[in-house]
Amino acid sequence: MREIDVSKITEVVKKLVIDANYYIGKDVSDAIKKAVSEESSPTAKEILNIILDNHEISETEKMPICQDTGVAVFFIELGQEVHVTGGDFEESINEGVRQGYEEGYLRKSMVGDPVIERKNTGDNTPAIIHLTIVPGDSIKITVAPKGGGAENMSEVQMMKAADGIEGVKNFVIDRVRRSKGNPCPPVVVGVGIGGDFEKSAILAKKSLLRDIGQRSTDPVMAKVEVELLERINKLGIGPMGLGGKTTALDVFIEYIPCHIASMPVAVNINCHAARHKVIVI
Amino acid sequence: MAEVYKLNTPLAVEDLKKLKIGDKVLLTGIIYTARDAAHKRLVQLVEEGKDLPFDINGAVIYYVGPAPAKPGYAIGSAGPTTSYRMDPYTPALLDIGLKATIGKGNRSKEVLDSMVKNTAVYLAAVGGAAALIAKTIKKAEIIAYEDLKSEAVRRLEVVDFPCIVANDTFGSDLYEEGMKKYNEE
Repeated sequence: MREIDVSKITEVVKKLVIDANYYIGKDVSDAIKKAVSEESSPTAKEILNIILDNHEISETEKMPICQDTGVAVFFIELGQEVHVTGGDFEESINEGVRQGYEEGYLRKSMVGDPVIERKNTGDNTPAIIHLTIVPGDSIKITVAPKGGGAENMSEVQMMKAADGIEGVKNFVIDRVRRSKGNPCPPVVVGVGIGGDFEKSAILAKKSLLRDIGQRSTDPVMAKVEVELLERINKLGIGPMGLGGKTTALDVFIEYIPCHIASMPVAVNINCHAARHKVIVI
Repeated sequence: MAEVYKLNTPLAVEDLKKLKIGDKVLLTGIIYTARDAAHKRLVQLVEEGKDLPFDINGAVIYYVGPAPAKPGYAIGSAGPTTSYRMDPYTPALLDIGLKATIGKGNRSKEVLDSMVKNTAVYLAAVGGAAALIAKTIKKAEIIAYEDLKSEAVRRLEVVDFPCIVANDTFGSDLYEEGMKKYNEE
């Protein structure tokens, strides 16, 4: 067994949440640069150029790309040969979030009780942690801070098998159409199909960890992704919903087996500040 | 072709009447921040006939909950939040003198109608351009509801704050028209 102390996990998480919020991935910047050259709307071009300028400012000034530094969402692959020592594993993640959000001047956006008082927890905890146990003796930690505006435009539908792939496509397009400018387009669209109610949603979110341009390994789904992206970009919504050809930067589909009676489909929308950072301890 | 206007706050009706959807506006002067929780309190004050924590005549409200300021900075990253959540409260504030709101995303029919009735505009800021927008904010001070933390009401001094006219005083809607123009379905 390899021993990893919780203090190491906290230290790594702290750096990850700060880096994810300050530095946008090159894949996103490149996709937006490409969109500028393809846009015909002057307003859309202007908005995309402002987004690119903002990437540079956030990086050089070390400021969050977006003030909504999000719910701290983690996908963690814990090697089964790892023995976590020195404290509580989940608490070590939350402690990293607490320190990172404070020291990185990130906004604390979590309320303790979602309905009645909605009092801010003050330190952006608790994090949302999706944990899987995998073979090996390392821990892979991915953080994907998720803003509220885009998350609010997400949806799960328990579809019928008879709806088929056309039903899935129509649902995805309709979800983007109804979102209009609210989720900060150009968006990234994550689709999770199968599993059960909650698993489809987690899968949709997990698909957003791909880099822009990274196609599904399934050739059929890869084709559907390309088709959906083309159709979404014909909706006209455009950057920030003010009209244009760039409504989405990419569409990612993931699927897993499901019950004979079910076809759960989840659409999780990400904003153009599609942030994620990975580290392996 | 869209124009670029430099406007000062408090906003004058004759300036607002010049604006058309798609025009770019660079705002200079004082603007106030408020989000969902602060709006609930502001509208309650209006209903009770009490004074607001700032002068609403010609005022601009920016829907934002900024990130904390680093030492030496006036404010942290400060991009717009989604406006529809403020729709239920906005007409009551437009009725008493609010002249512009800044946020992202389209507004309800009630807000659109109220803007025409009250000669007011809705300005779209670029969501996610939060570090760039923060650089146009020279001073920030909490003036009410400190308990709401990032959602407290702040008085911001801005210079050339960049936004786009999404709804003008004539009832035009760039969200509708922009989407129609570029729809290729």
